[in-house]
Amino acid sequence: MTTTDERPAGFENNDHKPIGHGRMLRKEDPRFIRGRGNYVDDVQLPGMLHCAILRSPVAHARIVSIDTSAAEAHPKVKAVVTGAALTELGLAWMPTLSGDVQAVLATDKVRFQGQEVAFVVAEDRYAARDALELIDVEYDVLDPVVDVRTALDPSAPVIRDDLDGKQNNHIFDWETGDEAATEAVFASADVVVSEDIVYPRVHPAPMETCGCVAEYDRIDSRLTLWSTSQAPHAHRTLYAIVAGLPEHKIRVISPDIGGGFGGKVPIYPGYVCAIVGSIVTGKPVKWMEDRSENLTSTGFARDYIMRGEIAATRDGRILAVRTNVLADHGAFNGVAAPVKYPAGFFGVFTGSYDLQAAYCKMTAVYTNKAPGGVAYACSFRITEAVYLIERIVDCLAYELEMDPVELRIKNFIQPDQFPYRTKTGWVYDSGDYEPTMRKALELAGYEELRREQVERRARGELMGIGVSFFTEAVGAGPRKDMDILGLGMADGCELRVHPTGKAVVRLSVQSQGQGHETTFAQIVAEEIGIPPADIDVVHGDTDQTPFGLGTYGSRSTPVSGAAAALVARKVRDKARIIASGMLEVSVADLEWVKGAFHVKGDPEKSVTIQDIAMRAHGAGDLPEGIEGGLEAQICYNPENLTYPHGAYICVVDIDPGTAQVKVRRFVAVDDCGTRINPMIIEGQVHRGLTDGVGMALMEMIAFDEDGNCLGGSLMDYLIPTALEVPDWETGFTVTPSPHHPIGAKGVGESATVGSPPAIVNAVVDALKPFGIRHADMPLTPSRVWDAMRGVPRPPV
Amino acid sequence: MQVSMIVNGEEVTREIEGRLLLVHFLRDHLGLTGTHWGCDTSNCGTCVVWLDGEPVKSCTVLAAMAGGHEVRTVEDLERGGELDPVQRGFMECHGLQCGFCTPGMMMTARALLDRNPDPSEEEIREAISGQICRCTGYATIVRSVKWAAAHEASTPAGGAS
Repeated sequence: MTTTDERPAGFENNDHKPIGHGRMLRKEDPRFIRGRGNYVDDVQLPGMLHCAILRSPVAHARIVSIDTSAAEAHPKVKAVVTGAALTELGLAWMPTLSGDVQAVLATDKVRFQGQEVAFVVAEDRYAARDALELIDVEYDVLDPVVDVRTALDPSAPVIRDDLDGKQNNHIFDWETGDEAATEAVFASADVVVSEDIVYPRVHPAPMETCGCVAEYDRIDSRLTLWSTSQAPHAHRTLYAIVAGLPEHKIRVISPDIGGGFGGKVPIYPGYVCAIVGSIVTGKPVKWMEDRSENLTSTGFARDYIMRGEIAATRDGRILAVRTNVLADHGAFNGVAAPVKYPAGFFGVFTGSYDLQAAYCKMTAVYTNKAPGGVAYACSFRITEAVYLIERIVDCLAYELEMDPVELRIKNFIQPDQFPYRTKTGWVYDSGDYEPTMRKALELAGYEELRREQVERRARGELMGIGVSFFTEAVGAGPRKDMDILGLGMADGCELRVHPTGKAVVRLSVQSQGQGHETTFAQIVAEEIGIPPADIDVVHGDTDQTPFGLGTYGSRSTPVSGAAAALVARKVRDKARIIASGMLEVSVADLEWVKGAFHVKGDPEKSVTIQDIAMRAHGAGDLPEGIEGGLEAQICYNPENLTYPHGAYICVVDIDPGTAQVKVRRFVAVDDCGTRINPMIIEGQVHRGLTDGVGMALMEMIAFDEDGNCLGGSLMDYLIPTALEVPDWETGFTVTPSPHHPIGAKGVGESATVGSPPAIVNAVVDALKPFGIRHADMPLTPSRVWDAMRGVPRPPV
Repeated sequence: MQVSMIVNGEEVTREIEGRLLLVHFLRDHLGLTGTHWGCDTSNCGTCVVWLDGEPVKSCTVLAAMAGGHEVRTVEDLERGGELDPVQRGFMECHGLQCGFCTPGMMMTARALLDRNPDPSEEEIREAISGQICRCTGYATIVRSVKWAAAHEASTPAGGAS
């Protein structure tokens, strides 16, 4: 089943022997290509009922009354539950991952269109939907806060009057960097460029919507929840805290997940409704949201209005960057970021450049829109940070009339400066930026593209070349700094080698398509020499795996990948001692060569890991002090984040007659440190590049002035198809992380982070003949058309 | 009402509501959960199956409308223990990640190759353009279909071997 290209040296034609890192086909694919995946909606239990949720049709209103009698009278309905009923159970409100509270079902007011108001449990999904039509809710409609810029006006309606003494829509102010030092640099700089840059609200929209099956066993007081969760362990703990159920009686199972991208990190009201439904009816209850519910009520992403400023010398030395951000968090602060980082990792907005000073001030506010903020593969707001710096650097290049590549290279942090402490306090672990940029230039044929552009411009054609260079901070994170609701962001891992030399590794992270069953088998294989095919990867079940915080923020490989490598080394250390007994030599005389211990100087004398596994479980004495069995468990606390980087080049053509942007080429060179499975890495990069095309050119969750969501279906929220994206061109460099056990850095979100600025920079570059320095996403034909004609940019 | 149809070569008869969608009939009544549901508006294509040999979005077909017709789903791609070249292509070329859109993509790909054994990249992209994949960025799906086209020779049309 394995293929051999990009296999590490010495393993090219070695399919019958153990391999670790290298291109290998995925272990999970045989079930998926047969239609035998097991997603939440595939779970069918005897007697299972179906839950459907009634949602608010308006953005802001006081609930006057709810009449459920007709719904209750429906012959197939088993329960109808409102906020009032949940209040009696103490479950009407739940904590968000940011320490705010969110209504499970509205009790007093509705605060965004699509908010949960009541739910029905019925015999089938159609009947449950029918019954929603029978619930009569009377609303007293209030003025909504839709335009984030007006949210703090004294006259703005107060959205969160549920919070004691709340008199406005302010959530938090946050700052980072040195304001005075930055001002001093700006005051004396040759050149200062500023630009208003909007990162619109977008949505992860995985192909599988959110849902769950809740089964509450009244006799044993045990709750089993099949759930679309990227973080089953964290969810279990939170259910224990919220619902008061004992944690050992809760089992959260994340089976196959049809994409997550951050949207499946939070706990949504629907999960709680299904749990309550099962408790109330005594039957298993399934809840699957429809696409409209997914787009209008679950975690959105971005929604930052940024003022970017950059200071530089006339010859292109970047001195400082400053930004002021207004953040729209919706009706409840539902951001899923480490507690000490209310703006996620936006602090890395200094990018890949060696600066003298930097400062950011941010204000976050409530609006009458769906809650969320961190989702869609954003690496905890690094998407916004990278967009800001890479856009403003291009604005500077425009003003200085410098080539954007030359400007970037001139200001890169140099290899000998790592570990590099940024002016906002982040310590970049390693990087070697210029070779990555040079490789991208070479792959793209940058000089030739620029020559072609000159020729096309002379003919009146609109061709643009956009460049971006990003540094990400992933793998959250060191527990001294990072926790989510008090849960440290470390991850456990268990490895058990069976007597016949097969193994099972149990992870705390959960795949939503990233291929963990393959990558983690390879990580363990590399360390312990058991072929990946002989290593079963168990994940996504809290009863079967050690505690850990789950998969998001590109943290699986940086955190759990480290745990898997270290637990394998721990087992190997024990195996070495057992081998020394078997070979009757001291451990110091043993040498480990892929899968076996050899006696130094006598390579014929050796025992394989399989021999050792049988000995560990079999008859005969083991070395003194060694217990039987061959297994280990660890919990890995990362020393630092890892900092992948990459250089992206995009070529676009714009039809001057229709203003349609066509992405002609896209070159992505990523450096994610040590590469475990190049095929999977390439797939992750392709995914993110497609996100980039979507966000840069197509996707936006917009609202009308009444707060009606205008992006509530896939007819309105446009996602790239095969026709909107090019055949991606990828390359790589390798700068290992110095603190990660195998040097890996994580790659899941790199392309989502890095590609939007490359595409926008390309579009703006194409529009240079019109004197345009910036245009806001999504660069739809109408927006590009307006930009070409000097029409002012739309407000949000 | 009662509905009968041929699904994956076998006749099935069930008592259903007239409004039941084909996708729910396949999933909830027949247990064929390889066909997925992903949107309310016929945009995503995770529900693509064949109706009388043509790919259709089964969320836009009433089960009753399929009465008397032949339906083929992803579960029928593998025949006689042999994977269809399309299935092998998707594995070989990493044409899937989360696997949710994959059954629909493969059914469309199979139909494409049956009428056009050597499609160009543009033809493949056009064929799958009514379907959304949020994971792969499509390039590996295109490669997968091309791989299948290149490996069809050893297998008769329809994927059985």
